[in-house]
Amino acid sequence: MSTDVSKMPLFDRIFKPQEITLENGHKVLRPRSRMPLIAFCVLTALYIAVQVTGFDLKIILARGNQLGKILSQIFHPDRGYFNKVVGPLLDTIRMSLIGTILGCLLGLPVAIASSSNINKNRPTLLFFRLVLAIMRSVPTLIIASISALVFGLGTFAGTVAITIFTLGIVAKMLFESIETIDMKPYEAMQSFGATTLQAFWAACMPQILPTYLSHSLYCFEMNVRAAAILGYVGAGGLGILINERIGWRDYNGLGMVLLSLFVLVLIIDFVTDYFRSKLS
Amino acid sequence: MSVMEVYENRPRKLWVRILIFCVLLAAVWWSSNGISFNGIAQKGAEVASGIFHGLTHPDLKIMFGTTTEDVPFLIAQTIAIALLGTVIGGIVAIPISFLASTNVVPKGIAYLFRAVILLIRTIPSLVWALVWIRVTGPGAFCGVITQSVCSIGMISKMYITAIEDLDTGILESLDACGCTTFQKIRCGILPQLSASFISTIIYRFDINLKDATTLGIVGAGGIGASMLMAINSRRWAMVGSFLWALIVLVIIIEYFSTRIRARLAHGRQ
Repeated sequence: MSTDVSKMPLFDRIFKPQEITLENGHKVLRPRSRMPLIAFCVLTALYIAVQVTGFDLKIILARGNQLGKILSQIFHPDRGYFNKVVGPLLDTIRMSLIGTILGCLLGLPVAIASSSNINKNRPTLLFFRLVLAIMRSVPTLIIASISALVFGLGTFAGTVAITIFTLGIVAKMLFESIETIDMKPYEAMQSFGATTLQAFWAACMPQILPTYLSHSLYCFEMNVRAAAILGYVGAGGLGILINERIGWRDYNGLGMVLLSLFVLVLIIDFVTDYFRSKLS
Repeated sequence: MSVMEVYENRPRKLWVRILIFCVLLAAVWWSSNGISFNGIAQKGAEVASGIFHGLTHPDLKIMFGTTTEDVPFLIAQTIAIALLGTVIGGIVAIPISFLASTNVVPKGIAYLFRAVILLIRTIPSLVWALVWIRVTGPGAFCGVITQSVCSIGMISKMYITAIEDLDTGILESLDACGCTTFQKIRCGILPQLSASFISTIIYRFDINLKDATTLGIVGAGGIGASMLMAINSRRWAMVGSFLWALIVLVIIIEYFSTRIRARLAHGRQ
């Protein structure tokens, strides 16, 4: 065993590895376990976190029955309330449908521009990736509340928020799959004199189309869940009802809203699963 | 035939495309009926330019201040909420997911616990937060409890996959060597599960951190509450510094979580 100290990780230079002599006289090094160090760091972080958040289990033990009461009301949904749920429920589907379609359509060119094997221009590549990272890191509710200020309260603001959110996710997943495709047909077409767009359309598109569609379906599924709470900041859909019912402490009504959301999500999961299995 | 002619004659499924296009068009038409575009709100342009101005001129005093109203404390609180929530959720999920694995307990019990997990997953995290606030009162503690409960759903789902993939041949060979039950668990089960469990927890921490930023909107602590307040009172410089802090935080955490998980999956390179 070579013992080149300069090539060792910092940890092994501080805590020297244990030297073991084997039966045949060879010497091997056994690095010290990192477990104590990691455990110490995690425990310190947890201790600080407990202090910062004011964690106190006694509150839960003392007032836990409150939660039981609310949950038992939620699980006895108010059936008569369903008539009022239908409208916002359809709004939620509409917002997520149109937001997903727009986001996925806009996501395709952005994904092409941010995949390193198609776009050879480094500055624009980094620019597009930075924009995508920013889009994904701003929470949907914050985007929704800003667009509710810009476009006024209502479903349009929610649609814009979902479009931006979908664009960020679809483009990221898509450029990751574009970067793994077989580039030979693309290069062959370019050598015949095809432009970048022609070559991409004919040589790369067939390779990424199934992934693109399945990512889009996945996003639609996610968007329905997301759209359901956007109304909380005034962007239309079921969230308005959720906010209202909780405000009035009408947990039976809230149960109905959640039940219809649950059924909707189940149906959409089932449908998208069916199409996804057809795609692969 | 020249190259261009071949290019023009490439196979195109015209009818399939027209059909898909029509379906999409119909979907867009149906959805756009319900979405009313009322034009940009009166002060919409002002808001948009305000946010742009805020992003280019963030409030530096808040960005590096040390009081509990400033960005560093709020970010620390957000991370603390996500960390505690993930760890508690990850620990509570262990017994639940063993009880919901078909190769550990009888099928009936497993499906019962799966139903419980499904119920937890169905209720959106925002609703959980609003319900827990009635128990704990507003504050960071509410955020921790909410995240612990919400995390159980996804974490146990991924734990169950790992548990059901357990290679039981190892247990038999340990049995043959005469190992005790404790030794079987220590050397036969733990090494198989630890990597995927830790990977799941780190992945969930990544998600929880993003969630923790929104939970503040309903009063569950973290950066969200101050951010929404700044947006609604149109203090764009403050909004700018919150947004930058959030963006940097999420990008850093995403980078490290991806790297650590890659190392857990493929070993040390």
